[in-house]
Amino acid sequence: MIWEIKLLALILVIVCAIAAINAKDLLSAAVIFGIYSFMMCVQWLAMGAVDVAFTEAAIGAGISTALMLAAIFRTSRRTKD
Amino acid sequence: MKKTALLAVILTGALLILSMENFPSWGDVQSPASLHLSRHFIEKSYEQTLTPNLVTAVLGDYRGFDTMLETVVVFTAALACFLVIRLPRDVCTPGLFYYRHTRTGLVVRKHDACELPGENPTFERVDSDWPPHDVVVVSTCRMVIPFIQLFGLYVVAHGHYSPGGGFQGGVIFAASYVLLAVSHDLRTLVHRLNERVTHLLSAAGVLLFFGVGLFGMAMGLNFLDYGALEGVLGMSLASGHSLGILLVEIGVGMTVTAALVIIFKLLSSRGTVTEGL
Repeated sequence: MIWEIKLLALILVIVCAIAAINAKDLLSAAVIFGIYSFMMCVQWLAMGAVDVAFTEAAIGAGISTALMLAAIFRTSRRTKD
Repeated sequence: MKKTALLAVILTGALLILSMENFPSWGDVQSPASLHLSRHFIEKSYEQTLTPNLVTAVLGDYRGFDTMLETVVVFTAALACFLVIRLPRDVCTPGLFYYRHTRTGLVVRKHDACELPGENPTFERVDSDWPPHDVVVVSTCRMVIPFIQLFGLYVVAHGHYSPGGGFQGGVIFAASYVLLAVSHDLRTLVHRLNERVTHLLSAAGVLLFFGVGLFGMAMGLNFLDYGALEGVLGMSLASGHSLGILLVEIGVGMTVTAALVIIFKLLSSRGTVTEGL
């Protein structure tokens, strides 16, 4: 994979991680966390671990975002801190 | 407090980055892991397990117990969610309940849900806080869902030869049901895949995995030896291994699909499984 894309994905991982912690809106935090997972999936792919990348894309970016959205929908959307 | 927490995080991060010096560099052939274990797997795994995909050989053959008990973990997670969150069926949850008259489209509001109109054909239940009705979303999801499910089945079935397998395929299959619930409503999902079916599926997947293992013992081989399926249908040893791994992947896929659907249903409906996201 082209190293510029790898570097961009790596920077996006860090940016998304910080943004997900700092977001006051839990809905957007969950979505940003999904982007984080997908960028991690790109990283696994760049390292040649296709199986791990597949799992990360399906579980991390896909279903866990949906489960978090379901939980946020039933609790509160704003964080207290 | 926040300052100390930040300091602790920065210190831990610095320690981690400093200790990275001692790791072998990426793809180093001289690192301990690459010297013995990886070489053994790469050179010997096909003749030992007859599985073409190296990752599947490790997950399904060398670490069969690990994968089997991971399936039990997923099953236990769903069971724990059910036991903690699920409300008894006869509990009246206070709140507002909306019913739509199907002929006229008028919506009726009720304050207690204990007396549901049941199988009344003229009234249908409408979600009180999340009424999804957008025709574009509904029809797009209706078109996309069969393809997602087909792809999930493909991933499960090809776990023996290519990246993927029961976990990933099961998650993709469950995601299609989650999409159904989000685009229509939770009752559509429960109507298609009710609780009895998901609970039976999640247990049946684990039992299928154990059953394949026990079948090996019944044929006089080791637990989880897929070679036991060799002579059953007059197959060769490689086909027997392939069939064994396929059965195991189907078991894992069933458990994962059912467990994720159970967890989603419970989380999104506060344990009532009647209305939710």
